[in-house]
Amino acid sequence: MSEAVLSVQDLRTQFKTRTGMLNAVDGVSFEVGRGRILGLVGESGSGKSVTGYSILGLIEPPGLIAGGEVLLNGRDITRLKGDELRRVRGAQIAMVFQDPMMTLNPVLKIGTQMIAAVRAHDRVSRRTAWERARDALAKVGIPSPEERLDAYPHQLSGGMRQRVAIAIALLHRPAVIIADEPTTALDVSIQGQILAEVRRLADETGTAFVWVTHDLAVVSSLADDICVMYAGRIVETGAAADVIASPRHPYTAGLLASVPAEHEPGERLPQVPGSTPSLSDLPPGCAFAPRCFKAGPACTTTPPIQKFEDGRTALCHYPIESNSCQPLSSTSTTYRSAS
Amino acid sequence: MIGFLIQRILQALLVIVAMSVIVFLGVYAIGNPIDVMIDPASDQALREALIHRYGLDLPLIQQYFVFMNNMLHGDLGESFIYRLPVLSLIFSRFPATLELALCAMLIATCLGIPLGLWAGYKPDALSSKAIMAFSVLGFSVPTFWVGLLLIMTFAVELGWLPSGGRGPTANVLGMNLSVTSLEGLSYIILPALNLALFKLGLLIRLTRAGTVEVMSSDYVRFARAQGLSEGKVVGLHVLKNISIPIVTVFGLELGSTLAFAVVTETVFNWPGMGKLIIDSITVLDRPVMVAYLILVVFLFVLINLAVDLIYGQLDPRIRVKASS
Amino acid sequence: MSAPAETRWSRLSQFWSDFRQSPVAVAALIIIATIVLMAILAPLVAPQDPYNQEALELFDARLEPGEIGSGGYVHWLGTDAAGRDVFSAILYGLRTSLIVGVLAGTFALVLGGVVGLIAAYYGGRIEALIMRVIDLQLSLPAILLALVLVAMLGQGLPQLVAALVTAQYAYFARTTHGAASAERRKDYIEAALSTPIPARQVLFRHLLPNALPPLIVVATVQVANSIALEATLSFLGLGLPLTQPSLGSLISNGFQFLLSGRYWISIYPGIALMLTVVAINLVGDQVRTILNPRRSR
Repeated sequence: MSEAVLSVQDLRTQFKTRTGMLNAVDGVSFEVGRGRILGLVGESGSGKSVTGYSILGLIEPPGLIAGGEVLLNGRDITRLKGDELRRVRGAQIAMVFQDPMMTLNPVLKIGTQMIAAVRAHDRVSRRTAWERARDALAKVGIPSPEERLDAYPHQLSGGMRQRVAIAIALLHRPAVIIADEPTTALDVSIQGQILAEVRRLADETGTAFVWVTHDLAVVSSLADDICVMYAGRIVETGAAADVIASPRHPYTAGLLASVPAEHEPGERLPQVPGSTPSLSDLPPGCAFAPRCFKAGPACTTTPPIQKFEDGRTALCHYPIESNSCQPLSSTSTTYRSAS
Repeated sequence: MIGFLIQRILQALLVIVAMSVIVFLGVYAIGNPIDVMIDPASDQALREALIHRYGLDLPLIQQYFVFMNNMLHGDLGESFIYRLPVLSLIFSRFPATLELALCAMLIATCLGIPLGLWAGYKPDALSSKAIMAFSVLGFSVPTFWVGLLLIMTFAVELGWLPSGGRGPTANVLGMNLSVTSLEGLSYIILPALNLALFKLGLLIRLTRAGTVEVMSSDYVRFARAQGLSEGKVVGLHVLKNISIPIVTVFGLELGSTLAFAVVTETVFNWPGMGKLIIDSITVLDRPVMVAYLILVVFLFVLINLAVDLIYGQLDPRIRVKASS
Repeated sequence: MSAPAETRWSRLSQFWSDFRQSPVAVAALIIIATIVLMAILAPLVAPQDPYNQEALELFDARLEPGEIGSGGYVHWLGTDAAGRDVFSAILYGLRTSLIVGVLAGTFALVLGGVVGLIAAYYGGRIEALIMRVIDLQLSLPAILLALVLVAMLGQGLPQLVAALVTAQYAYFARTTHGAASAERRKDYIEAALSTPIPARQVLFRHLLPNALPPLIVVATVQVANSIALEATLSFLGLGLPLTQPSLGSLISNGFQFLLSGRYWISIYPGIALMLTVVAINLVGDQVRTILNPRRSR
């Protein structure tokens, strides 16, 4: 079991609004080990993307990081400012965004943008930077990279652009890449190619990924571990295969049940009743309780983190019991995805 | 690209012909220049002779064709007042106006873009709000009034700069210019500042709006996530993106700056084309009015064409459309 | 189709509470109200009728601000070369300027609105032709057009208003066309047009209301522009004659005395002009912010 390269501890991100402070991220903790892929799963509005932005310090007013630590190789990067923070971003921890149409500047050539990214951290000549950019494109499986460097973003397909974004993220061999729904905007076939590529890169380069997504199918084929988020909190963690095979939290179970592939055609899809609550109007105790089929009287109080013997946790008063596993304790511990 | 160019040039020609008809009809339909030119007491025979000499007894359409034919041969007629060919009259005044307009554009650009960048980069700062308030003043307060204030402050009260006129000029490449000598500069600085003010306000607004939009874009966030410094983010991403609308407006505004010079030239007694046209309007010197208007329209069309072409070069998305 | 009075009222009060967010805009509104009131009440407020030539004493010419003239009252803003009380002249000049501005703004709004609606409603060739002309006109500076028109039509209030309207209606036409044609393309308009509902009902019930908010913004700004443009033309000696003075001709009248240090003859009318124009623009700015559909907060 190696050290975690990224360790998020009790992270809290708030947004100032007219009606008061919203807790978009409310005490999130997780760890990722070298070469591992962590799937951070949740519906839109669950705080998963904000978590990603918070890790890189990309939250802008009216948002702010209200507490917690983000330890990158043991160093808390939430306290970094200005140039110190700049030197970490892109070099030790990088990010890939959801929409490849939007993340590349439409009026700058791919080469210009990649050279700027190389030279943001390394004092090298334009020529060297260009060569590194070309090699990075080749590494993510882009054919004839020289030509691509001379192209504008709109001349590339969505899948190509997302590969470019991943290549940019990989330029400085960062320890961690946060990927915020990077395949959501792409065709399913392209998505499959990119997922395979990412898996290979994680194995070969040892880069750890935090894969933010709403799509359980993506996570099941890609991630080593899963964290499920709901209303700013992590409600369930565990090895990807285990969580998908036997969810502990009723919310995870609901999400899994509504994946269409698991059902016969014509069969009515089960849905999680109700809709994602507004952060400004959360019920006391468990935020999921109003929609939960297992909700009981205890749910009006804050649920404990239940720890199970296979290393899994669930934030629930009444977790789903499986035959083999019983809750061990109710102590507050963080989930370790390091192997 | 060639097809695009030809299409645009044809459009431009059509506009010029259409405008020449409108201008010709508009200006020739009103007033009687003969009354201006000769003593009202002079006899009828002299009148008739003059009317015949200027071809004013021909049908309007024939007058237009005579006019167009002359124009194509570079002859736009002779000023009733100065008794000079209007083209050489206007071109003798043109360098003064062009110099004034270019100085104004230079001032507006050098101040407007940095101020707009700052106001867009820190939209909530007090300094940014002050800049925006200034820009509202810049394009809502009438130009001539600002000119008066400038004269009163810098010429009358402080006595630092001359209140009007052009001062000494030096001949550069066949044009008389003020900016080559320190004394000439002291004459041009107030009118140039005056003429710049409107563009300055506009440019600040434009730059600020573009900067705000780009700064909140995903690609700026992505650039920051790559560890690009703020200077690089602004210098590379913001500047390149806002350069497109700015070049457009800059080009279009160059034409309107030449036109707006009418007011500034009157206030500062600057001997340019604008002063000439105002004087011509007051004395109904038709050939000068017509020639000035046609030249201005021609200039506008030319500038619009140039802006279209440069725009295509700057924005790769348009370039592709144009070439395919 | 009239909205129930209650919702219309609540929409108005919502608008007002949004408007109040900006103290600058509220102050500007108060200034406009004061200026308009003073202009309307000019005969009552002004100590002198500045255009009654018989009441003028050459003896009172070029008095400094604060001096007492032969009329026995204080000339707070001084007098001009003909012995006119500058304060009174400003009040009467404001009347002319405001009348010209509002008339030109209103006519330009109606003309531009109709042209824009016609273009958006008919589409096709008519639309292409109209918008081509509008674009061409917009590419020429308004001051130049107004200059030529005034030169062609001659001096006088109706001629001046006509010149301003011709120079400015294109802004309204473009704005109306933009808003209305966006609405025109929506399915429900197509659906409505395929029913026997009269076309003008579609025009006035659906296309016009959608074009109104941006039109209001353009209208406020254009009234200010008309006032400024009229002042500019009058300053150039092409607007209204001194017998029917506006702020522009007053400033022009005092310009020659500026260099000799008698600043008040043109500076005070200029301040009145500036206050009016800037205040209208500030209000227009705030209205634009409120009506902007993309407003984030």
